[in-house]
Amino acid sequence: MHNDSLALSRDVLMQIEKPARYIGHEYNSVIKDPAQVDVRFAMCFPDVYEIGMSHLGIQILYDMFNQMDGVWCERVYSPWLDLDAIMRRDNIPLFALESQDPIKDFDFLGITIQYEMCYTNILQVLDLAQIPLLSKDRTDDCPIVIGGGPCTYNPEPIADFFDLFYIGEGETRYAELISLYRKHKKNGFDRVKFLREAARIPGMYVPSLYEVTYHEDGTIKAFTPKYEDVPATVLKEVEMDLTNTYYPMNPVVPYVKITQDRVVLEIQRGCIRGCRFCQAGQLYRPVRERNVEKLKEYAIEMLNNTGHEELTLSSLSSSDYSKLPELIDYLIEECNQRHVNISLPSLRIDAFSLDVMSKVQDVKKSSLTFAPEAGSQRLRNVINKGLTEEVILKGSHLAFEGGWTRVKLYFMLGQPTETEEDIRGIAELCNKIAAEFFDTVPKDKRVNGRVQIVASTSFFVPKPFTPFQWAPQCTKEEFVEKAYFTRKCISEQLNQKSIKYNWHEADASVMEGVLARGDRRLAEVILKVYQKGCFYDAWSEYYKHQTWIDTIKECGLTPEFYTSRPRDLAEIFPWDFIDAGVTKEFLKREWLKAQAETISENCKLKCQGCGAARFGGGICFEERALDHE
Amino acid sequence: MSDHYKLRIKFQKTGAIQYIGHLDVMRFFQKCLRRAQIDVCYTTGFSPHQILTFAAPLSVGLESFGEYMDVEVGTITSSEDVIDRLNAASVPEIKIVSAKLLPEGAGNAMASVAAAKYQVDFFEGRVPGIFQEDTGSVHARLDAFLAKDSIPYVKEGKKGTREVDLRKGIFELSWDGQGKFLTMTLDASSGENVKPSQVLEALLQECDEELAENALKITRLDVYTRIYASEEDPGDLIPMDEVGSVF
Repeated sequence: MHNDSLALSRDVLMQIEKPARYIGHEYNSVIKDPAQVDVRFAMCFPDVYEIGMSHLGIQILYDMFNQMDGVWCERVYSPWLDLDAIMRRDNIPLFALESQDPIKDFDFLGITIQYEMCYTNILQVLDLAQIPLLSKDRTDDCPIVIGGGPCTYNPEPIADFFDLFYIGEGETRYAELISLYRKHKKNGFDRVKFLREAARIPGMYVPSLYEVTYHEDGTIKAFTPKYEDVPATVLKEVEMDLTNTYYPMNPVVPYVKITQDRVVLEIQRGCIRGCRFCQAGQLYRPVRERNVEKLKEYAIEMLNNTGHEELTLSSLSSSDYSKLPELIDYLIEECNQRHVNISLPSLRIDAFSLDVMSKVQDVKKSSLTFAPEAGSQRLRNVINKGLTEEVILKGSHLAFEGGWTRVKLYFMLGQPTETEEDIRGIAELCNKIAAEFFDTVPKDKRVNGRVQIVASTSFFVPKPFTPFQWAPQCTKEEFVEKAYFTRKCISEQLNQKSIKYNWHEADASVMEGVLARGDRRLAEVILKVYQKGCFYDAWSEYYKHQTWIDTIKECGLTPEFYTSRPRDLAEIFPWDFIDAGVTKEFLKREWLKAQAETISENCKLKCQGCGAARFGGGICFEERALDHE
Repeated sequence: MSDHYKLRIKFQKTGAIQYIGHLDVMRFFQKCLRRAQIDVCYTTGFSPHQILTFAAPLSVGLESFGEYMDVEVGTITSSEDVIDRLNAASVPEIKIVSAKLLPEGAGNAMASVAAAKYQVDFFEGRVPGIFQEDTGSVHARLDAFLAKDSIPYVKEGKKGTREVDLRKGIFELSWDGQGKFLTMTLDASSGENVKPSQVLEALLQECDEELAENALKITRLDVYTRIYASEEDPGDLIPMDEVGSVF
């Protein structure tokens, strides 16, 4: 059934960079007979192929949809700028990779939204697909545009562009949505009627069915459904049986080198840690593990079916997976036999992980990674990052004994209550690690003479559904000042020659902050900046900060309203209508504890009553391990 | 030390896959060999690599019926088994057509390439004027072209331009007579490689014509090596897999 005819002509393919991004035909891509399917689903990651193809979530859903009878799921990504220009010039409609058919003829266009800075790329995809950008302008023959992924936990800035959002994990409700769609298609499809009924499926949010009113100061007065049969809150969907659900045994194997060019084993979802800045740590509660025996089978089958030469584990905190030693021992043995490399995610540095790392990496070439996120114990208590200086220095000591000479450290600048003392702590911690090296390794055994410490800082952006959702974000000037101060402090250290400092640009962090906690009024801004030529904003070389700032002002808004403004505990947030499992009461408690510099124990030690227990499974119902730690 | 066998695999690359670059084809086979569970030999160290060599890189946009790679394996089954397993682990557009066992001491695929044979068609609307004339004139023109002692051509390389003589690299050039396509066998050895487009550009230059962009539909028919005869006689061109034998 493979069809050689391609959507792009030879002339086009021969003048663009990496035509392989657009021709499909990859090993394991799914081809179905269009005559045998009645639902065509285009799954989109609105960024370039190499990024989009690396995303596990799409692979899981692609596999799930294609297991459904009568459904054909295909992939589509943002065309790169060279092809984008040609498609606009020649009026070529955006197409799906497998069939090469135009997206506008599909039943669904599903878009996964992983980061805020891709919002303009969503418009690029719709625009090239020749689908009206605004949901209200779409007619019955347009695909249903449905959004999913972490950014949909505050879908409001992009609400106008979507017909429907699926809040939560995709494994649970798509079959229901598809069968509702089929029912409507049979009885003469009416978009409005379909969406109205879809809104009653758990997890579905249809923005057009809600009304928002604002106070004079711009904060939300009320967020209400327009009709009685439309739910006032939308509870996220959670797959509670991770072991017995979909997992792609035959992931598509791309020709071009992609970012994540390997077998990915998702060992668990959720995180027990509860770091207060971390959105993923809240969104994916409760923690659920996949069965270790199943994971072993998956690993072998996926290696056989893809031929990948590398395997990695995926989770928010792999060290917390209960059967990690067993799994890793098995994988090391199997992978060695097969000449497959294991790429380990960041593990907590201790005797176990160092032993494992020494088996799978070249110690001389690899580096240790710590993510203290803050420089002082005080601030680490505020953010609830349970990593102490003692643990870092002990881990470093062990690693230096084991032959490692490179250490990477990740910090965030601009977290709530941060002072100059906390920032100085970053420099001092780096210095102490260097000193630990010189104390541990005698002069004649120092391979490269010196230890290399790389400290990187990013700027903290408060996110919805975290205890810091009330926190003011730093201004660009404050961010830059903090980075300069960090650099100065590092340069004052005794071992400063061993320390390298990197920091990210502040501009995009400001806009990420605006969009992360934005409301519906921002749709106008996003639409306007797109019309002014902004897209690929997640790529710093294409991000046009001034255009964004100017446009926000043209629309009668200010960036500060969304970023640096202090928020009252009573304020109604644009995302409050979503029930992400964790309660607002819990988040408030955590926000107050943060200001009191009090930590909260992790889920394995003590239940903090976050609200996720209502899903009826996972860590919430396991015996607390307090006695064993 | 375990046994080592060197296999020469011949494959076709057609259809949409012509837009996949050479490096990506190499990566494709690294994975394909694993999927097929061929007992490939690896280098040692922390990031072991398969011992794999490709003959002549194929440019993007060309189809081919004669591509080659050499692979070292620890055990052998049969040619048929290797072909079947690789095809089961491949895509329809990359098809394995032969697998031969190389004799000990055979030169590797890359180093022993001597020539490649191409079929060159023109895309509709882009046929140069000289090929729209009657068959007799085309033949006469080609004969005159080949009768020259030297055919100067300016190659553009990474280090600027340099003039080369194409004539000694053109082993065969013929016209099918139906006004449809050209066949040419050209030097494909490293350093002396001649491209079909260069030959046509040189030919058209003589007639004050220019080749339209993307005018050529080039298909590589096969790649050849030589069996060394003597210092005076470089030996005949033979398809690269004729060096090996079916096992």
